[in-house]
Amino acid sequence: MTNGTGGDVRLTGIGKTYGSFTAVHPLDLTVPQGSFFALLGASGCGKTTTLRMIAGLEEPTRGTVHLGDQDVTRLPPYKRPVNTVFQSYALFPHLDIFENVAFGLRRRGIKSVRKQVEEMLDLVQLGEQARKRPHQLSGGQQQRVALARALINHPQVLLLDEPLGALDLKLRRQMQWELKRIQTEVGITFVHVTHDQEEAMTMADQVAVMNAGRVEQLGTPADLYENPRTTFVANFLGTSNFIEAGIEGASGPDVVLRAGDGRLVLPRERCRTPATPGAKVLAGIRPEKISLTHADDADSVPEGRNRITGTIADAAFTGVSTQYVVDSPVCQEFAVYVQNVDRDPRLVPGARVVLHWNPAHTFGLDAAQDAAAGVEEAA
Amino acid sequence: MAFVTWFKRNLVVIAGLLTLAYLLLPNVVVTVFSFNKPVGRFNYAWQEFSADAWTDPCGVADLCGSLALSLQLACWATLGATALGTAIAFALARYRFRARGAVNALIFLPMAMPEVVMAASLLTLFLNLGAQLGFWTILIAHIMFCLSFVVTAVKARVMSMDPRLEQAAQDLYAGPFQTFLRVTLPIAAPGIAAGALLAFALSFDDFIITNFTAGSTVTFPMFVWGSAQRGTPVQINVIGTAMFVVAVLLVLLSMVIGSRRTKSRA
Amino acid sequence: MTTLTEAPPPLTPTAPEPAPPRRRGRLTPYWLLLPGLLWLVVFFALPMIYQASTSVQTGSLEEGYKVTWHVATYWDALTAYWPQFLRSVAYAAAATVLCLLLGYPLAYLIAFRAGRWRNLIMVLVIAPFFTSFLIRTLAWKTILADGGPLVGALNTLHVLDVTNWLGWTAGDRVLATPLAVVCGLTYNFLPFMILPLYTSLERIDGRLHEAAGDLYARPFTTFRKITFPLSMPGVVSGTLLTFIPATGDYVNADLLGSTDTRMAGNVIQTQFLRVLDYPTAAALSFILMAAILVMVTLYIRKSGTEDLV
Repeated sequence: MTNGTGGDVRLTGIGKTYGSFTAVHPLDLTVPQGSFFALLGASGCGKTTTLRMIAGLEEPTRGTVHLGDQDVTRLPPYKRPVNTVFQSYALFPHLDIFENVAFGLRRRGIKSVRKQVEEMLDLVQLGEQARKRPHQLSGGQQQRVALARALINHPQVLLLDEPLGALDLKLRRQMQWELKRIQTEVGITFVHVTHDQEEAMTMADQVAVMNAGRVEQLGTPADLYENPRTTFVANFLGTSNFIEAGIEGASGPDVVLRAGDGRLVLPRERCRTPATPGAKVLAGIRPEKISLTHADDADSVPEGRNRITGTIADAAFTGVSTQYVVDSPVCQEFAVYVQNVDRDPRLVPGARVVLHWNPAHTFGLDAAQDAAAGVEEAA
Repeated sequence: MAFVTWFKRNLVVIAGLLTLAYLLLPNVVVTVFSFNKPVGRFNYAWQEFSADAWTDPCGVADLCGSLALSLQLACWATLGATALGTAIAFALARYRFRARGAVNALIFLPMAMPEVVMAASLLTLFLNLGAQLGFWTILIAHIMFCLSFVVTAVKARVMSMDPRLEQAAQDLYAGPFQTFLRVTLPIAAPGIAAGALLAFALSFDDFIITNFTAGSTVTFPMFVWGSAQRGTPVQINVIGTAMFVVAVLLVLLSMVIGSRRTKSRA
Repeated sequence: MTTLTEAPPPLTPTAPEPAPPRRRGRLTPYWLLLPGLLWLVVFFALPMIYQASTSVQTGSLEEGYKVTWHVATYWDALTAYWPQFLRSVAYAAAATVLCLLLGYPLAYLIAFRAGRWRNLIMVLVIAPFFTSFLIRTLAWKTILADGGPLVGALNTLHVLDVTNWLGWTAGDRVLATPLAVVCGLTYNFLPFMILPLYTSLERIDGRLHEAAGDLYARPFTTFRKITFPLSMPGVVSGTLLTFIPATGDYVNADLLGSTDTRMAGNVIQTQFLRVLDYPTAAALSFILMAAILVMVTLYIRKSGTEDLV
């Protein structure tokens, strides 16, 4: 059913309200053909509703859904070239695996389904299980049946609603690679809904971060992580430290900030708020970008780096890295992740330290928003 | 001492088995007395062994006729109550509509009403309408009181069904009718079967409501009731025993088949 | 709506009622409801109204009846038949308590101790249903027969002396006494107690017993503090499913009792089918219905499960 070119999914001004509750505020979104697209957000953010409007399981209150050139907004689900991998799979309990996978083909009046179904079951490595019932399979196997049942129809778009949510961590990692492999192989557009930022970043080419029925930011995983536009995105994807600073002025391509009695530098193009002197800004920095030096060696910190002094409050050894919590005058509970390459034995709670980082990694956000937005949702 | 400990630990098992014995004792008596050769009209005291009644189960006037009538009534009542009840159950479980509370109450009340009250009021209606009491009035009554039980059984099954299954069917190109036929109905089938079985049992065994609505028509329970006044033929025990044995065998058979199937699939 | 509606046999687990999903066809539910509801309205609700009107009519079979709002029928019926009503309630209450005492151990046994025998015992509980209940009730005539082994044993053990003194039996007979009727009622409605009890017991997580034991509860304390409170929905719907039909029953009183054990159901049946005094019969029927509704409502209030009705 794939028709070569012009197969983008285009949502135009699409919105959904239930009574007085707005699940999805009118939004525009284009999913390029053949891409792996993730809708990321906490539960209740409107991501599943958006997905179900593409599937036709939910009627949008306003706006339109286009698949390529075709307006499918008013089409019922069984007339759309779109298939879904449902949350907790929704495999038909009264049919065996073979019939589950053959269901879509049979409904479209295809008589000889055996060859196709067997090929599809081999693709997901379930050839042996064809005559079992869904409840006799493990969670990972059920997941693959659900995938096979949708993929066999060669949909224009495959929708995945939290497809890995019911699996344990190890299996989830494995299935993330598996899904990515299959998507590359079949070249179908995947739209994937998840609340797991790691899952979204591992698999997707493009991620739309949703919050309270709106798309907060859209971009590649690396772009979202490095250049978050809001504190919600900064906190929901990974961890961020924020320093409330005042803008002192500009210096070439940089903006100079004052935080406490220190001075910080921020690249102008990474500042999301007008660089008017005197204005407030939230200067953000990721924990793994920061280096930690004992106060006794403060002189060894190179010039030109942003630096802050503080005291180690807590240290947690996680194997690959050590996660420190540092108290400093400009920011309580500064998180710092240090790779365990050469561990300095003096870096224990109570030690005075200097935190320093390359100014290019600093990002500046509008100080009017809540610095802790998205922290709880990400937990 | 060891015995006292054992007794204390298994007290609930012993009490439970005694209750089970209490439940089954009458069936044992019915079976034993189906081989009795009573003196006089009543089969209440043991005389001597005889298989006469087993060789001639229809040897009593009207008995097999009433049995056939009861079976016929039960079949039609099951059909009617299952059809009407399943439709209501689907409406309750799958749709929003006005006056839900009133509908629920109307389903619930017949189950919470003593049979004699329903029976008496139904007779009042039939008398007021001048209806001829007989097969049709019994059937109407049976469908009425079986209906609620079917609704309850089917509704429970449909409610516990994941709505995503139907959405998945729609997503896989099944239109509304195909979705109902291929997914909803097969998954609801055990509930519908349970409701139908219950309706059959209730209708077949009903006496109180039938007694009020039958006029001079005699169903099997009414035949038994009449015989309790006029004299109980041994053939009643034969039929009671046969029904018990057939039912137990059918259930055991289905259980064996069920466990085989799961074993061979596992 | 209620545990009771969810619970009658064969009991399927009660599920909380989620908001039903929205569908496209707006009229579909009404079409699905129409035939069944019409049936219930015409053959259940309408007869109730007819009966209400009959109960305030006067006249005779030959000349016909007219509505004269003769409410005194109710008063007359009550003065004439209050012993039978009292007996109905007393017998049904006794049978319900007995059902609970006898049924609980069996339900507990099936839920927690039966292991691989569980299905077999379930079948044995339900199987008697397939033999007509009238035939099985008649079997009690044999079991309780005068001079039979059971009555003989009770006599030797002086149990009958106690029951005679209580007024439950008379002389050396059990048949044709209140004890026989209560015994028959208990027997007939026991499965209606066991099945809901089993359903709610079966849903209790076995680890709760272990947790209670771990927290120093002895087995009986575990039962009193954990198992029994959690089985309350089953207890409530079981008692209702036993008490309501037992109150209206007249088969046991007729087959196993005597003229001294007649219950409200016997009176209604006789008035309707033999005496043909329709207004009195209708009034009696309404009084029975009202009495049961009042008692059930009070019971549900008291048992603290108001979401039941």
